Amino acid sequence: MEAPDLAAVWLTLKLATVVTVLLLLVGTPIAWWLARTRSRLKGVVGAVVALPLVLPPTVLGFYLLVTMGPNGPIGQLTQAIGLGLLPFTFPGLVIASTFYSLPFVVQPIQNAFEAIGERPLEVAATLRASPWDAFWSVAVPLARPGFLSGAILGFAHTVGEFGIVLMIGGNIPGRTRVVSVQIYDHVEALEYTQAHWLAGGMVLFSFVVLLALYTFNPARRKAA
Amino acid sequence: MKKALICLLTATVATLTHADEVQVAVAANFTGPMQVIAPLFERDTGHKAVLSYGATGKFYAQVVNGAPFEVLLAADDETPARLVREGHGVAGSAFTYAIGTLVLWSANPDLVDARGEILKKGGFRHLAIANPKTAPYGAAALQAMGKLGVAESLKPLFVQGENISQTQQFVATGAAELGFIAYSQVIKNGRIGTGSGWIVPGQLHEPIRQDAVILAKGRDKVAALALMAYLKGDKAKGVIRSFGYELPQP
Repeated sequence: MEAPDLAAVWLTLKLATVVTVLLLLVGTPIAWWLARTRSRLKGVVGAVVALPLVLPPTVLGFYLLVTMGPNGPIGQLTQAIGLGLLPFTFPGLVIASTFYSLPFVVQPIQNAFEAIGERPLEVAATLRASPWDAFWSVAVPLARPGFLSGAILGFAHTVGEFGIVLMIGGNIPGRTRVVSVQIYDHVEALEYTQAHWLAGGMVLFSFVVLLALYTFNPARRKAA
Repeated sequence: MKKALICLLTATVATLTHADEVQVAVAANFTGPMQVIAPLFERDTGHKAVLSYGATGKFYAQVVNGAPFEVLLAADDETPARLVREGHGVAGSAFTYAIGTLVLWSANPDLVDARGEILKKGGFRHLAIANPKTAPYGAAALQAMGKLGVAESLKPLFVQGENISQTQQFVATGAAELGFIAYSQVIKNGRIGTGSGWIVPGQLHEPIRQDAVILAKGRDKVAALALMAYLKGDKAKGVIRSFGYELPQP
């Protein structure tokens, strides 16, 4: 592999790592709320979170480009607070990917929280644990398989992202040219050898990730 | 009833033999003119042109891998020549249907001056170009900036569109302040329609000769031959010129 390919690999890993951390921070409260709430808004929020599962990346890419551009509401906000514009930047890709991979992290964690049920938390309460304490020392450890699945799926899904990056990334080496875009470039330029290296690597990577998910997931091991 | 059925059958057979469909791969920069030419072609010849738009480099890869296109209207002359050399295009069918004009364009009406001085002055964050590796207008943009001596200094500001349409979209949304695109994309009534622009003088880059070629799948196909002939006719030439393209000297 040559330097530009390695740069793309590095950038992709960096993007996926940042996005995964961010998704765990943002996704956990959402998943907790969705798992416990009796609010009528539950359906609405759940549907919004799941939207990226069904929408084509072109829809998200198009709206992100327009809203993050200088005339869009997000673009005007980021300019007003001195961040500049987000399209064609690494932070822009992070935000786009966070939206795009949100359901892959929220849903496994939400399922795990729901599987715990009321009982362990009620027991914790009778032992005078505060809700905050119960969350950290009861809910989170019990939901660990959900967190693991969510983190792995979020990471892998971000690595595999293409359409949105193509639409708002601008294909800048070292900043927005991720592996999937680099592969597309190689194929378009008929550089099939380089394309094979990266594409083959992606297949191997994705397989190993999913294999790890299905083999080592503690929940499945217990069930077996 | 029987009579009606026979009538219907003969009518169907008649349309099958006379009117034909031709699958055309069209370089993204030629989208505008082709949308005008295709209905004229259908009205005048009875044949229907089914159009796909995209990057010439992508079309090449698709054709080599068995895409069902019968005619390619490329954004360069290299791709058609290569297709003919490799047996995917019909020898002797290629000709230059248009010579492209490059324009530096911004959606902001006050940004680009009439002489393109802004390239030297700067003051913008992003300059959009089509991927020079695969898009001829991107390669021409790079040559022009090289001739002006600004290619190196502007390089960190480049954002690349996958093809010339996406490049225009970056600029039109304002996400990139300005960019090099095809004149045909922004021309209206013989001048730049909206925003501001500088028509890049032809001597700053190699001429963007855009060739058409009949592909192997379109060999001996009446509609493909008819389309090629139609593009050489005065009516099509008038449309092509009205979109800011030059035509080769006969």
